[in-house]
Amino acid sequence: MSTSTLSKEDNKDTKAPLGGRFVGGASNYIDERTSLSGFVKELGRKIFPDHWSFMLGEIALWSFVVVFISGSFLTFFFQPTMVETHYTGAYAPMRGLEMSAAFESALRISFDVRGGLLVRQIHHWAALVFIAGIGIHMLRVFFTGAFRKPRELNWVIGFVLFILALAEGFTGYSLPDDLLSGNGLRIIDGMIKGIPLIGTWTSFLIFGGEFPGTDIVGRLYSLHILLLPLLLIALLVLHLMLMIINKHTQFAGPGRTNDNVVGYPMMPIYMTKMGGYLFLVFGTIVLIASFFQILPFWEYGPYDPSPISAGTQPDWYIGFADGALRLAPPHLDIVFLDRTLSLGILIPVAVLGLFIVVVAIYPFLEAWITGDKREHHLAQRPRNAATRTAIGVAGVIFYAVLWAAASSDLIATHFMLTMEGVIHSLQALLFLGPIIGYFVTKRICIALQRKDREIVLHGYESGRIVRLPGGEFIEVHQPVDQYDRWKLIDIDTYEPLVVRPNDKGRIPWTENVRSSLSRWFFEDRLAPLTQAEVEAADAHQHHVTAHTDEIEAEEIQGAHERAGAADAPLHPDAETHVDETPNTPSSVIATDPVKKPRKKKSDDSE
Amino acid sequence: MANDDDSQALERAYQPSPGLGVAVSDPVQNPGLPPHRERMTDKDPKAEKHAARTVYTLFYLSLAGSIWAVAAYMLFPIEDQSLLAIRYNNLFIGVGIALALLCLGIGAIHWSKALMSDKEHVEMRHPTRGKDSTREAAIQAFADANEESGFGRRTMIRNSLLAALVASIIPGVTLFRGLAPHNNEGGNPISGDPVALLQQTMWEKGQRLVRDPDGTPIRAADVTLGSAFHVIPENLSTLSHADGYLEEKAKAIVLMMRLRPEQLIETEERKDWSYDGIVAYSKVCTHVGCPVALYEQQTHHLLCPCHQSQFDVTDQAKVIFGPAARPLPQLPITVDAEGYLVARDGFNEPVGPSFWERH
Repeated sequence: MSTSTLSKEDNKDTKAPLGGRFVGGASNYIDERTSLSGFVKELGRKIFPDHWSFMLGEIALWSFVVVFISGSFLTFFFQPTMVETHYTGAYAPMRGLEMSAAFESALRISFDVRGGLLVRQIHHWAALVFIAGIGIHMLRVFFTGAFRKPRELNWVIGFVLFILALAEGFTGYSLPDDLLSGNGLRIIDGMIKGIPLIGTWTSFLIFGGEFPGTDIVGRLYSLHILLLPLLLIALLVLHLMLMIINKHTQFAGPGRTNDNVVGYPMMPIYMTKMGGYLFLVFGTIVLIASFFQILPFWEYGPYDPSPISAGTQPDWYIGFADGALRLAPPHLDIVFLDRTLSLGILIPVAVLGLFIVVVAIYPFLEAWITGDKREHHLAQRPRNAATRTAIGVAGVIFYAVLWAAASSDLIATHFMLTMEGVIHSLQALLFLGPIIGYFVTKRICIALQRKDREIVLHGYESGRIVRLPGGEFIEVHQPVDQYDRWKLIDIDTYEPLVVRPNDKGRIPWTENVRSSLSRWFFEDRLAPLTQAEVEAADAHQHHVTAHTDEIEAEEIQGAHERAGAADAPLHPDAETHVDETPNTPSSVIATDPVKKPRKKKSDDSE
Repeated sequence: MANDDDSQALERAYQPSPGLGVAVSDPVQNPGLPPHRERMTDKDPKAEKHAARTVYTLFYLSLAGSIWAVAAYMLFPIEDQSLLAIRYNNLFIGVGIALALLCLGIGAIHWSKALMSDKEHVEMRHPTRGKDSTREAAIQAFADANEESGFGRRTMIRNSLLAALVASIIPGVTLFRGLAPHNNEGGNPISGDPVALLQQTMWEKGQRLVRDPDGTPIRAADVTLGSAFHVIPENLSTLSHADGYLEEKAKAIVLMMRLRPEQLIETEERKDWSYDGIVAYSKVCTHVGCPVALYEQQTHHLLCPCHQSQFDVTDQAKVIFGPAARPLPQLPITVDAEGYLVARDGFNEPVGPSFWERH
């Protein structure tokens, strides 16, 4: 390729601009009009840390790009109106049927446009991946404490992005005006009607009259392709800008501190990796869309208020809301003063609302409890923040139970259980599950902390059993390499708040609450190790290891002598030991190359 | 530059409160960056060449995938309108595009991991808050602007401005009333009143019960024991979609089934609402409005497939399980002179989910 020509040019004229005359000239042209060089100087070699979990957010970002591209294609064919029409396209079972233009055009995209079905499936799959990506990215940020100062606002922005993604998902789901989405809208209508005071009118205005009306698809469409994407993109840009301003968090590791970023530069490493990852995500979604059908709405037919199929399911991300509705106990309406308060809907909605509000404001709650105003740039290992991790797991279980409840009927039919049994179990699990999960997780985290400490102080179990002269067997513990050991050490710690009276000699109740919360938060923490402890353990271990080695050598030598081979080596050829180095970016594990005579001179270009 | 360093030193002097955070007196020392380990591709020119070959092979494969996708577009049209043709079209175009994208992505990532420099760089972080001098300058900017405009001083101007700004939003909000019709639109005097609309359905005295969707009337004798009929009012077929077919249908759908008369538990005022063991109930769930379409003829329970509310048909469709709060409204029925089932009267309560004004 041009590499060779370039290098030739370089030789000829060392002053030639980078990238040749044209690129150099174009760059100059642009910079003289935009001062873009400052931007490149600032960002071009910006350092980003490396960890597999940092790519989860990228999945969300790139699948949004896929959603955006595929969605734009679909808008060229989709008719967002509910005008009545008759289908005349390729799909025989629907021909001649009366349906809305929206449904008709969705059929046309699927059956009459070449590759149309593919793009529709890419769009739908990418939307599912988008929301899953956001969810899993949020979990990563939560469990590593990456939402702490100065990133609390970015957590909230990310949370709003999650809500917007859900709204995008639901509005898109409703557009084909098929039986499934119509029933979904019917449920939304029923829920809105349950809102006290304004519910009836809100539903009336949204649907442009009585449900289903002839306006809803057009209205959802303008939300879906205009208003929501606009907000989403604006907040996404803000989210990424704040990420750059705050610099990415990194995991604690050798040489990595709260004051630096260790990693690779934007250009060329991350540019290539991230660009490559876009194609990887895109390609994977296309592959899924080629092989796996999603939402065969032609099997359900256009919306009609009467039919419905058993086992109806919303898209996965709406599941938790649908499940919450299913778990409400019966007979909850209250009629008072000629007004109906439908608690059967309001209670699940309130519970969900509370849940997501707690998710949104969690960084501020934790910051209030710890009172910590320092900046935190080191991602914590979940085990080192036991209470937070336990809270997170409780939340995940709560969500998962609601989510499972959205499939209560399928669980009952597939596992031959009674519907009532499944619902009652899930109702119980909704309360018990998070509590059990909380305590179990907290204990596991603390146990893992202790295990880390054990390894730091006494090394890892080498698997080498040595019999001492007295007949005692011991397993030799090998010290951990100092770089690996550093990753196991947590130097951050907190003490519960001790309340003291303020200037007026009073203890405000908020301080009492804070104090009990901080006790709850930090009660079981391990006091961090000190350098002195580590050194003492090192010295001790060195002593023990040296001693056992000595004994072992004597024993083996003795055995050799008894066997009449006194000069045999004490240890067989040591296997080449390759340390795990998870922080190098290379997929190629470096061992010494086996020296072989070179075959012939390399022929192809480099 | 020297100036910059000075302010850096000042920034370090700023110590935010650690709150409950505790400083360990003798923390374990960070061992510093581990020595750089060379990759195979750094040490062995053959490995490097191999990696380079892998990368460009992947890029060429990607090229082939793109060409294949275009070829598939032409080779697999959906001309014969068969489902198989659609499947092939979807599959082969998709596989080509996926190959093109995946090879491109894998190639690029392999390039960056195996061939590009893997030397780790260290960049220092700076506190996120602006430098003290910058913050002072920002405060000064606000102070100057306040001084020059009098925003803080001229309270009348400021408060009236804020009031005007808030008020200017209200007309926009008002316009949204137009989202739904007003009264007397389309010849309907109550078209702008959701509460009144929710009270009424097409069912009225003498309205025949006909099958959904073909609209044929039903004789009482056709309703055999254990069978269930999905029913709509006969007049529904006179409506087109433009004048409210779906809206009326959404309220008027009814399920009708025959039980043995002695199985029915009926209150005194509903004694004549059934006909010879035939009962009709609104099919709209009182929870959030899904069609309660599943009839279990052994237990005489109706099940809503959306949220699993169950209603007991023998006992006036009372809720026996699930999140619904109220029984399904019952449609009083009888037979007309020709022996066809008709409504004795309309529903005596609104059908469907609860709403605030319902009583």
